[in-house]
Amino acid sequence: MKYDFSRKKKRDAVLDLLLIAVVLGICGFLEANKYNYSYAISIIERSMIYAVVAVSMNLVNGFTGLFSLGQAGFMALGAYVTAILTIPVSQRPSVYYISGINPLIANLSAPITLALILGGLVAAACAALIGIPVLRLKSDYLAIATLGFAEIIRALIAAPMMDTITNGSYGLKSIPGFSSIFQVLILTVVSIGLMVLLINSSYGRMFKAVREDEIAAEAMGINLFHTKELSFVISSFFAGISGGMLAMFMRSIDSKTFQVSLTYDILLIVVIGGIGSVTGSVLGAFVVTAGRELLRFFDEPLTVAGVSIPLFRPGFRMVIFSILLMVVVLFYSRGLMGTNEFSWDGIFGFFRRKRKAVKAEGR
Amino acid sequence: MNEVKENVLKMENVVMQFGGVTAIDGLSLEVNRGEIVALIGPNGAGKTTAFNCITGIYQPTSGVVSFKGENLKGKSPDCITRLGIARTFQNIRLFSNLTVFDNVLIAKHLRAHDNVFTATLRLNLKEEDRMRRETEKLLREQDLYELKDEIASSLPYGLQRRLEIARALATSPELLLLDEPAAGMNPQETQELTDFIVKIRDQYHLTVFMIEHHMDLVMQISERIYVLNFGKLIAQGSSEEIQNNPEVIEAYLGGSEDA
Repeated sequence: MKYDFSRKKKRDAVLDLLLIAVVLGICGFLEANKYNYSYAISIIERSMIYAVVAVSMNLVNGFTGLFSLGQAGFMALGAYVTAILTIPVSQRPSVYYISGINPLIANLSAPITLALILGGLVAAACAALIGIPVLRLKSDYLAIATLGFAEIIRALIAAPMMDTITNGSYGLKSIPGFSSIFQVLILTVVSIGLMVLLINSSYGRMFKAVREDEIAAEAMGINLFHTKELSFVISSFFAGISGGMLAMFMRSIDSKTFQVSLTYDILLIVVIGGIGSVTGSVLGAFVVTAGRELLRFFDEPLTVAGVSIPLFRPGFRMVIFSILLMVVVLFYSRGLMGTNEFSWDGIFGFFRRKRKAVKAEGR
Repeated sequence: MNEVKENVLKMENVVMQFGGVTAIDGLSLEVNRGEIVALIGPNGAGKTTAFNCITGIYQPTSGVVSFKGENLKGKSPDCITRLGIARTFQNIRLFSNLTVFDNVLIAKHLRAHDNVFTATLRLNLKEEDRMRRETEKLLREQDLYELKDEIASSLPYGLQRRLEIARALATSPELLLLDEPAAGMNPQETQELTDFIVKIRDQYHLTVFMIEHHMDLVMQISERIYVLNFGKLIAQGSSEEIQNNPEVIEAYLGGSEDA
């Protein structure tokens, strides 16, 4: 029994290394041929950025059981802070050519990593303030309140009084992009890695206790408000980081980038992946982002044997996408992963079950 | 043991009103160190409300609840647990989707010295290790160790009750409040539970204050009994005194006017 166990461990270690090698290999290959594969690279980068924010949302919604919908607002804060700090000083006059730049920030700049962290901190600080009144609410009320705050943040960013800082409705451009796909990969792995460590720590257990039963959690000496606030603030910190990454990815942002629909996209990823599963959120980010792109083919006019099929027109892809989503939600109502995490045992078990099912049918 | 009684829990003239309804009306009681005290009364008498007033889930409308001389007014439930009062619930409240081990481990965090950074970056290995060892020890003592990887909600009812008590013990309490621990148990299970309560009282140097309907259990092990009816204390004393108290009999049997 013991022997079997260690062999399994060894096998898992080998497979882990293999997976890492494959991921690095793919990234290396794409990086080496980045002009031929720029489309694939952009899909993968966007997926990774969404994975970070999806995991951060899962931290609050899936692990702490707070139905919060403020993600887009915190992403906006992170994105604007990162953008303001990283746009090259020489280019700033041309970015702010309409209303001029506030002298306070005219010469303020920071290296990318620092800018991202500051973006995260600003988002976290804002979350800490918002959390004080909002986290006393429950379920739907919390969702509505956080959604409202996210919109307030967005409205403030777009407000004319903020023109010299956020450039109002013109948005910010000339944001330096990522130097390579590896930069995105490292930021993603570090961010998600930290969140996974948190979830599996004693504080992660407290989050889960609050999710399971608030009254029992209190009776076990867990301070409800502090625990919720902690989860909310940390989640917003990483949402801010991912917002900063999104700004770098898109290279130009405006307040419309961070509309409520962005939050819904993230929520979709979390639900598809499985509420309460980190690997589910990562998988969901790739499936949803890539799926949306791959279905682009439905948007183009299709002519079969000289007859053009009327359904194939711009927008049709979203219909197909929605139908696919419904199928997933209907047949995998707990998301692709449920609350389970990825494990090699799970993979092998899945195929073993499949094989058994096939065998049983054959008989 | 010497006969100097140290007061652990004291309720003085506690009144709890919900709008126009008075759930508890001037309740005064005392629980001394090392005792097993029972609170009984017909359904709706206000027993669980009394527990909720002690553990901070409700703030009493008036009156004082004190623990070891410290007034509990305005303290939140987690503070009160920290002071050393643990409880179980009438309808079991486990962390249903977590394992037996995690259920107890979560309660252990109360006395841990770490913060979110050290915990995330795994700089608290000593603390984590201590919590895990203590959890393992407690589960072994409670005969639950074999089940440590089971999901809490998958356990049979009796074991869920036991786990809930184990989890309460994990907070290292001095006073344990049990809200109908024998609810839904058959006579044999009730007898086992009776012995179990005495055993944990001695083993962990606890004071036990419980709400219970099974009179066998109550009469066997309670040193003193308080009887509550319609929010008012109608009797108190030893089990014999209570058994022969006409008012108690009336409250339970619904005696008629001309009796």
